[in-house]
Amino acid sequence: MADDSGALVLEAAGLRKQFGQFVAVDNVSFGLRRSRSLAIVGESGSGKTTIARMIVGLERSTSGTITAGGHDRSRPARSARDRRRRGREVQIVFQDPYTSLDPRQDAEAAIDEVLRLHHGWPADRRRARAAELTDLVGLDTRQSRALPRSLSGGQRQRVAIARALAAQPAVLILDEPVVALDVSIQAQVLNLLADIRDETAISYILISHDLAVVRQLTDETLVLHRGTVVERGPTARVLDNPQHPYTQRLRASVPRPGWKPHRRRRADATADIEASW
Amino acid sequence: MSDPIAADPLASAGSAAVLPLLEVAGLTVLLEVNGARRAVLRDVSLALRPGEAVGLVGESGAGKSMTARALGRLLPAGAEMRGSIRFGGAEVGRLAGADLRRYRSQVAMIFQDPRAHVNPVRRIGDFMTEALRTNHAVPTGEARRRAVDMLTQVGIEDGARRLQQYPHQMSGGMLQRVMIAAALLTGPRLLLADEPTTALDVTTQAEVMAILDELRNKSGLAMLFITHDLELAAAICDRTAVMYAGQIVEVRASPLLHSDPLHPYTAALAAARPDITRTTPRLRAIPGRPLSAFEAPARECAFAARCVHAGEICRVAVPDLVELDGGVSRCARARELRGQLQAAPDG
Amino acid sequence: MLTGETSAPRRGLARLRATGPVGIASAVVIAAATVLGLFGPLLAPYDPGLPNLSLSWAGPAGGHLLGYDFEGRDVLSRLLAGAQSSVLGPLAVVILSVTAGTLLAVTAAWRRGVSDTVISSGLNILFAFPGILLAVLAAAVFGAGLPAAAIALSIAYLPYVARVLHGAALKERGQPYVAALEVQGASATAICLRHVVPNIGPLIVAQATILFGYAMVDLAAISFLGLGVQPPTANWGVMISENKYGLLLGHPLPAVAAGICIVTVVVAVNLLGERLFEQAREARG
Repeated sequence: MADDSGALVLEAAGLRKQFGQFVAVDNVSFGLRRSRSLAIVGESGSGKTTIARMIVGLERSTSGTITAGGHDRSRPARSARDRRRRGREVQIVFQDPYTSLDPRQDAEAAIDEVLRLHHGWPADRRRARAAELTDLVGLDTRQSRALPRSLSGGQRQRVAIARALAAQPAVLILDEPVVALDVSIQAQVLNLLADIRDETAISYILISHDLAVVRQLTDETLVLHRGTVVERGPTARVLDNPQHPYTQRLRASVPRPGWKPHRRRRADATADIEASW
Repeated sequence: MSDPIAADPLASAGSAAVLPLLEVAGLTVLLEVNGARRAVLRDVSLALRPGEAVGLVGESGAGKSMTARALGRLLPAGAEMRGSIRFGGAEVGRLAGADLRRYRSQVAMIFQDPRAHVNPVRRIGDFMTEALRTNHAVPTGEARRRAVDMLTQVGIEDGARRLQQYPHQMSGGMLQRVMIAAALLTGPRLLLADEPTTALDVTTQAEVMAILDELRNKSGLAMLFITHDLELAAAICDRTAVMYAGQIVEVRASPLLHSDPLHPYTAALAAARPDITRTTPRLRAIPGRPLSAFEAPARECAFAARCVHAGEICRVAVPDLVELDGGVSRCARARELRGQLQAAPDG
Repeated sequence: MLTGETSAPRRGLARLRATGPVGIASAVVIAAATVLGLFGPLLAPYDPGLPNLSLSWAGPAGGHLLGYDFEGRDVLSRLLAGAQSSVLGPLAVVILSVTAGTLLAVTAAWRRGVSDTVISSGLNILFAFPGILLAVLAAAVFGAGLPAAAIALSIAYLPYVARVLHGAALKERGQPYVAALEVQGASATAICLRHVVPNIGPLIVAQATILFGYAMVDLAAISFLGLGVQPPTANWGVMISENKYGLLLGHPLPAVAAGICIVTVVVAVNLLGERLFEQAREARG
């Protein structure tokens, strides 16, 4: 295969989403190249989750275009084949490991279902591929045959990652993938994600409010505030030298030794309470 | 605070110049788990001085919420409590009736999810003034006046209108401020805060922490701040206690927690977090997963299985707390490892 | 929660064994009722339809363990023969209403929006018709008989099933794992059949068992009114109706025996259904 590490694997242009009168996402554009990782950072109400949902087709954009693998995916898929093809282009890992798996299915079954959906392989080839995937995410045989209720949050997230990778997507959207996990487990999963990226040249879009995680996992960052992009650039630069006041405020709110939180002036605080909900 | 008191319950008359407000000694809590009695807290000892903020940090199963519940007399039915909790000299476990109600007005609690702890069909004003009206015989008008005043102090300007609203009409951040205001209305001396900002945006968290700081300083309120976020606790608390598998494994003055930790778990926990100031290719993950108290082995250090510094001595018995440099550590090799912990080898 | 054990979903007999002695006893009763329902008339020792007025209300004697009914027919034989319409009737009602109800509930929950509104409105209209009223209507239009009564009851029960399942189906539909499957490109039908329906399965079972009890009693009442099973066909509800004067005349056995049969089956179904529901709920964790 030719080395196309500079190729655009996903592109969004002028994305806009309106719910009635409320504008959740306004004029958001970005491009993602092969093997690169992009962070979309923001707080609640910033529209970051809506963008993720629009990219994977769970939400329909009001206007704007999304292109992945050379195909436009701004409008809902028109056939089952289209739907499945899109599933092979972009996948997603959700933030809550406790509801993102079917409680009645073990990891092997969940992965097998995805493989059956995308490939007409015989059972033993599917089994072998499932074993490769569970191995890749660090699950042993017992864990891959256990129901979700017997697995910890970290283990469930690994299953979710394996299932997402089963379709061999070029782009993986990680929606706050470690927010529900203990710190020591977060580190394991973040390392796993970094390893997977190195091994498979997959591209990530990381949705997160945790700036330290963003730093560890991504090359570029988009900062969203109330639906619009207020700042973008290489992750290290955005975090070390934020230009926009909102980014600066976000950066300044991260606790660290010696940090002393300050109350905002009354006028700002009230405006914030009303608007920033 | 330059001389933190040790978490040794017998040291109340020792290095502290002021008598502790809260003294927890050898607190052990057992619960029925799958038919057997298991410990969810093991030999927890801690002391708080008036006006002091102490952080309680740990991962899942460490026992931090259970500690708060024990202090708040909110243990689940069937729980067995051993050891002692003394508040202002009185044994909390034995309080009843009017004494217990008075205790509750002196020890307030706020929780992670405010919506789960407020009645959705009652107005905010009702909820906020209830304790004042019922337990302190404050007339309704006066109680509402105080509520509006407290709302202003937490940054909610149009208090009178807010009192008429229902919880669902407020955002999470605002509701949490309301909970803080409600908790402080009875003029408590101790605030138990169980992950109060975990569900909030980081900017809202900063605002709420600033409010708590300001109000605490004004009223000399002591606080036990429970969180999984080591950086947050270290930043806002005078001292920080770290819990693992139902035990306290370290108590340290917050500024020293990262630069000179006394227990390998604290160091490993700090090292496992990604660094916002530097791009690192891989994190120093701790192998395995956090243990709950009832999974902890009976005769060795609970952390030994995951610890890069574990030695023979760690597997002989559950280590005792040792005092070191004004702090406390439950590491059998604490003295040996002094000064080496923050430079933990790559695991 | 984190016990480190592997637990594959329990299947078949293992699930039954796990419901405890009460569950097993109930299952046995239900199995017996089913066998009788299928083969009852063949097992009857005497002709259930042969009247002999000289033996009317006679008590148990010789091979007639339960005596004779008001027309001198062997009660035991009539009970055995009556099992067929008494058990299979409610079973048919339950199967029809639960299947249709699940279909409508899941469709409405999946599509939301206009489809949901239309279906919900239709169901709301059905709510207005009590089962027995519909059965009377059906009897008037199609003539009295079990099939018409069964279909009428199924239609009357439909909205109850659908309403309960709709809420649960909506909740499942909103879960991230369903979204994950949508993103994979799986079809709506596949997701609903393989994931949504099985996950609301316990609720469906619970609904079915509750409805069975109601159907049995309602069909018995309809037959009692003369609009369901027609004499001389044996049916437990009809037997209560036919033999009700026996209660006053000091010959309670025929009516009471029929009543006990109804109660036993209904209770067994409810007990087993409850336990299966609890078990499935625990299994979800």
